Amino acid sequence: MKQGAHANQGVHVKLNLFRFASPAAFYPLAGRLIPWFWALALPSIAFALYWGFFHTPEILSEQKQYYRIIFPHVGAAWMSMWLYVVMVGWAAVGLVFNTRLSFMMASATAPTGALFTFLALWTGAFWGKTSWGTWWDWDPRMTSELILLFLYIGYMALQSAIDDTRRADRAAALLAIVGLICVPIIFWSINCPDPTQCAALHQRSSLEHVERNILVAMFVMAFGFWMYSFAVILMRLRNIILARERHASWVMQLPEVGR
Amino acid sequence: MFRAFRTVLMRDITLAMRRRTDVFTTLFFFIIVISLFPLGVGAEQQTLRFIAPGVAWIAALLASMLALERLFASDYADGTLEQMMLTPQPLAVLVLGKVAAHWLLTGLPLVLIAPLVGLQYYLPPDATRTLVLSLLVGTPVLSLIGAIGAALTLGLRGGGILISLLILPLYIPVLVYGAGAVMASGDELGNVQAYFLLLSAFLILALIFSPWATAAALRISVE
Repeated sequence: MKQGAHANQGVHVKLNLFRFASPAAFYPLAGRLIPWFWALALPSIAFALYWGFFHTPEILSEQKQYYRIIFPHVGAAWMSMWLYVVMVGWAAVGLVFNTRLSFMMASATAPTGALFTFLALWTGAFWGKTSWGTWWDWDPRMTSELILLFLYIGYMALQSAIDDTRRADRAAALLAIVGLICVPIIFWSINCPDPTQCAALHQRSSLEHVERNILVAMFVMAFGFWMYSFAVILMRLRNIILARERHASWVMQLPEVGR
Repeated sequence: MFRAFRTVLMRDITLAMRRRTDVFTTLFFFIIVISLFPLGVGAEQQTLRFIAPGVAWIAALLASMLALERLFASDYADGTLEQMMLTPQPLAVLVLGKVAAHWLLTGLPLVLIAPLVGLQYYLPPDATRTLVLSLLVGTPVLSLIGAIGAALTLGLRGGGILISLLILPLYIPVLVYGAGAVMASGDELGNVQAYFLLLSAFLILALIFSPWATAAALRISVE
């Protein structure tokens, strides 16, 4: 009797853990979370821009105001790399547990990651033009970011090329995992084309040497970008859920779907 | 297990020998690309010598990639691939056999023809030797990594162009160190050992992981 109850409890806990793995359960939750993430994202980005533009010291000479592009640039570069890891994480979870929602999460993450990669490259080009006098240089970090963009595009291209959703999800997931394994090798080979020495145009950066106000603006901006990613990824996820589950009865009953 | 490997290897080579054009198409693609560059950038001896490593390696990359589409396509079309997946032998071993045959038919000819590149681009004998050796170590890595892409895009419309999108970024390390080795061999102080150690490391890593990933990709594509 007692053992039976225990077993039941075990099942109960497990069900709770995986409850939101069902698109039907996660769809309304995502809908409730999105406004919160927007509420965190927009003020943070606005505050970071204000603080970065008006409350940071002139670390360089008066003319070198261009350094302020660092605030969107660094945040975007961080997010571009982090979102790739997030995407691969969801893809791996999907392959292991065979949960549809994880694959949807991975494919919802890819466009936002690609967007941040592009943003980092673009702001980097502006910065490069004013400080190095060139839009593009084959600097290791810039090249790595470009390759990261190619990896995102490869993932999205493979997924959209396959009509069968299940195969598309799993094939793209495998590609993303292979990509993540290759990423350190690729980045290292770009950083050190000569195995005996490595060179970089970017300054060796350490957070300890950055002035505190700049650091605050940078981190708040990165936080704002992160919350923005949550908001748009969840919104895209809801669209993907609706598109893929359009024949399910719970979708038909949604007020926003109504016919 | 070794017998299964050898059977697949011999089968693929026999099949290719019955239709030799496929082998020669890849080879001539390589030669044509190599021969077009001097027409595009001018036949100045210094320039050619300078761009030779990069051009030779990129041509090898493209040639081995073009051949990838055929790696599983015909077996997929006539159902042999499904039969292979049903055999008791591990799929990764069979995949390794197919990739080995593929390399012998498309990669090895490039290695053997590489001295011609040395002649066309006025490379000194040392650099030519390094080019041949680096291709010898590097092209199997290309075939192994490419097999994953070929398995993922099996039977898709426009699979060939899609493979290049997926696989070319993953070829970068081989390109960097393969071309780097040839360039370093031209220097006075050139020490190419480090490059070859890294290329061999890639080969070992690819030998271990790629057949396994390719087998997983085939299971996804065929299921």
